Amino acid sequence: MAQASTSMTASVGQNAALSIDSFTVSYLRGVGRNEERLPAITDLSLDVFPGEVLAILGPSGSGKSTLLRAIAGLERLDAGSLTWNGHDITSLVVHKRGFALMFQDGQLFAHRSVAENIAYALRIRKVPKSDRDARVAELLVLVGLAGAGERRVTELSGGEQQRVALARSLAASPKLLLLDEPLSSLDRQLRERLGQELREILKRTHTTALFVTHDQHEAATVADRIAVIMDGRIVQLGTPAELRATPATPEIATFLGLSGDAA
Amino acid sequence: MAPSDESTTKSARTTPSARIRRSPGTIIAMVLGVGVPSAFLAVFFLLPVLGMLSRGFIVQDGIDFGGFVEIFSRPRILRLVGLTIGQAALAALICTVVGLPIAHVLYRLNFRGRALLRMLVVVPFVLPTVVVGVAFRTLLSVSGPLGALHLDGTFTAIMLALVFFNVAVVVRTVGNTWEGLDVKQEDAARVLGASPARVWATVTFPRLLPSVLAAASVVFLFCATAFGVVLVLGGVQFGTIETEIYLLTTQFLDLRAASVLSITQLVIVVGVLLLANRVGRAGSVAKAGTTIAERRVAAAQSRRKPRRADAPAMAVTLVTVALLALPILTLIERSLRTTVGGAASTAARPATGLAAASTASTASPGIDIGGINYSFANYLNLAGTGQRNALVVPVWTALGNSLTIAVQATAIALIIGVLASLVISRRPRNRFARRALDIFDGALMLPLGISAVTVGFGFLITLNQPPLDLRSSPVLIPIAQALVALPLVVRTILPVLRGVDSRMRESASVLGAPPWRVLRDVDLSIAARPVLAAAGLAFAVALGEFGATTFLSRLDHPTLPVVIYRLIGVPGGENFGMALAASVVLAAVTVAAMAVVERLRVGSVGAF
Repeated sequence: MAQASTSMTASVGQNAALSIDSFTVSYLRGVGRNEERLPAITDLSLDVFPGEVLAILGPSGSGKSTLLRAIAGLERLDAGSLTWNGHDITSLVVHKRGFALMFQDGQLFAHRSVAENIAYALRIRKVPKSDRDARVAELLVLVGLAGAGERRVTELSGGEQQRVALARSLAASPKLLLLDEPLSSLDRQLRERLGQELREILKRTHTTALFVTHDQHEAATVADRIAVIMDGRIVQLGTPAELRATPATPEIATFLGLSGDAA
Repeated sequence: MAPSDESTTKSARTTPSARIRRSPGTIIAMVLGVGVPSAFLAVFFLLPVLGMLSRGFIVQDGIDFGGFVEIFSRPRILRLVGLTIGQAALAALICTVVGLPIAHVLYRLNFRGRALLRMLVVVPFVLPTVVVGVAFRTLLSVSGPLGALHLDGTFTAIMLALVFFNVAVVVRTVGNTWEGLDVKQEDAARVLGASPARVWATVTFPRLLPSVLAAASVVFLFCATAFGVVLVLGGVQFGTIETEIYLLTTQFLDLRAASVLSITQLVIVVGVLLLANRVGRAGSVAKAGTTIAERRVAAAQSRRKPRRADAPAMAVTLVTVALLALPILTLIERSLRTTVGGAASTAARPATGLAAASTASTASPGIDIGGINYSFANYLNLAGTGQRNALVVPVWTALGNSLTIAVQATAIALIIGVLASLVISRRPRNRFARRALDIFDGALMLPLGISAVTVGFGFLITLNQPPLDLRSSPVLIPIAQALVALPLVVRTILPVLRGVDSRMRESASVLGAPPWRVLRDVDLSIAARPVLAAAGLAFAVALGEFGATTFLSRLDHPTLPVVIYRLIGVPGGENFGMALAASVVLAAVTVAAMAVVERLRVGSVGAF
């Protein structure tokens, strides 16, 4: 397996928080009679360690978003299992996993205010109002939107919406934060700045996170380790530096924008 | 290396396909969501319709299809079937031609008074059919404002009334699509050198076509099954399959012929619905991925100030709105005329001397304008039962009945409609479940086209034995009206639920919301306004429902449309005057309900 060659991280010797074990997921294509199930992810295994930010990097159509959705419990597995700290959670329903998922376009509840959006997971967990308000204020400071709680989410810019979405995801201190191209809808400057901020916030809150992106610079900025995924399989796993130094195949080198001879 | 070693050993183990367990509550909710609407439709729609239809074929010694041949060899039946189809097709064509420029003006241009014009265009759509029938007769009768055209009792009169009703369907359906189209595609074509006409033909119209065809097919359905308006305007010479079914069942008790006609209508309706569904699906593929938020942005961007080139479309709009207002204004004006001695009578039949005397005694003094005496006499008469005791109860009592029944019908239609919409808006993984939902979706639209008369009469002949002996039960009328309103309710709520990005539900779910909470916090929060709008629409439709109600209402407990029809059927100028006044009252209540809906600014009302 390709990932065996280059994984050298601080996590050696630690127990994995999340273990993905030979995931196979298919997706539906076409309408009516033409519809067919095609493999999106094939026999994929991956471990994520506590407090780690792991980027899943791959071209569009490589199955990286499907992988994230399958971990969240939003896609049915054709095969494979998922464990959290050694407990099998493969058949646990989405809302009982204690994860959070942030989409590319935030998916904020347009009919609720900024504060109500952030407090959503806390309300579900029946956190008392005073604690809730304190936590919302704290999170607004964390994502750089102090005092914006009463604003309508429709009045916010794209970058602000993503900050609110991040705060909403972090509110209930999820065991695992799943981020699906959270910066892709933003312009380049903002993306670079928010990328660094995102890493700082994740590290400060000791959040274990899986981060899907097609942008290798973004992956290198935010993540501790990067898993390169192509055609539903992990083709290389390592730190950003390892990846740049020794891409496993010419294809990966090309995808990373390195010249072919670097391999 | 630790992680990879671990993963290789694990992948050796094979795990069986993992299925996420659903909670019993979720399963119960899904069963209820599908079960309640299905059971409702089965008992109150399928059963009566089948009961009615079986009367046509089941004879003593088995099933007999001979009736078809015999009945279709009657010249009158053949003529009416042809007339129904021709009439509906022509009306759909006229509505489309008139509706397109209006849709452009009301949904692509930005000008003062646009909201008011949009409101005026949709008013006729919700007016009770009987009211429209009375209004057109008043307008076209020899003594009416357009009496000189001698259109009373002609095919043209029916056509005008059908177009009057349905032009809003085209305007709203096409307008809603048009509003959401990205103008950048048109700009791109212009930049590439296309003339405005070419842009329209090659870029705009092809994208509108699915909605145009969908609107036209709905208009066709409405016209092919038109009942109240044709009954009032058509007399014996003109009619539809629907009015003929009514005549055959109530006047001639020829159930076999009525049943054959019901089946004929069913075949036409299902054919058109299937066609519309196919066209609609093509349209929805083209629109895939457009969420409500994106649509709003596109709508705001696409609107512009009127230009000189918009003048013809503007003219069509203003003339049409004026023509739509004419029958309504005439109705109001005539309802205020004092009916004395038949001189100012708008009725086709002159009042008798005796009647005139009795009217004069009850009439208020009124004022004279241009030799015509105006007063509220007709309205004051609504407290009575009319000349020759045309009615069993006063008109105001009938209005009370109508309101109560309409509220009940609205409640039923909303419960069934919301449940059904929630279910249909989901895309299950299972292919067969998806196919089943498509069929369920289509079945909900059937009451739109199936003869209300068939439903009403079917109730009488099938729900008359235990355990469903409901014939004399007061719940039948609201149920029948709810059936008629149901397709409109579903069509108002469903597009909004379908427009909800499924990832928003997923976000809530991942954050820890159980399924019922996702339903409440996402679906129902977003659909709150459309549900209110649907309530208003259902209320308006129930208030005006005539086809099924006329079978089910008892003489001592009539609704307002039934009373109006009775009043124009019994001779007497005072009675006709009362019919006019009652029509104005009914129209006012209906329009008030719709005004509330319009204030909610839900785009999809009256659009399909």
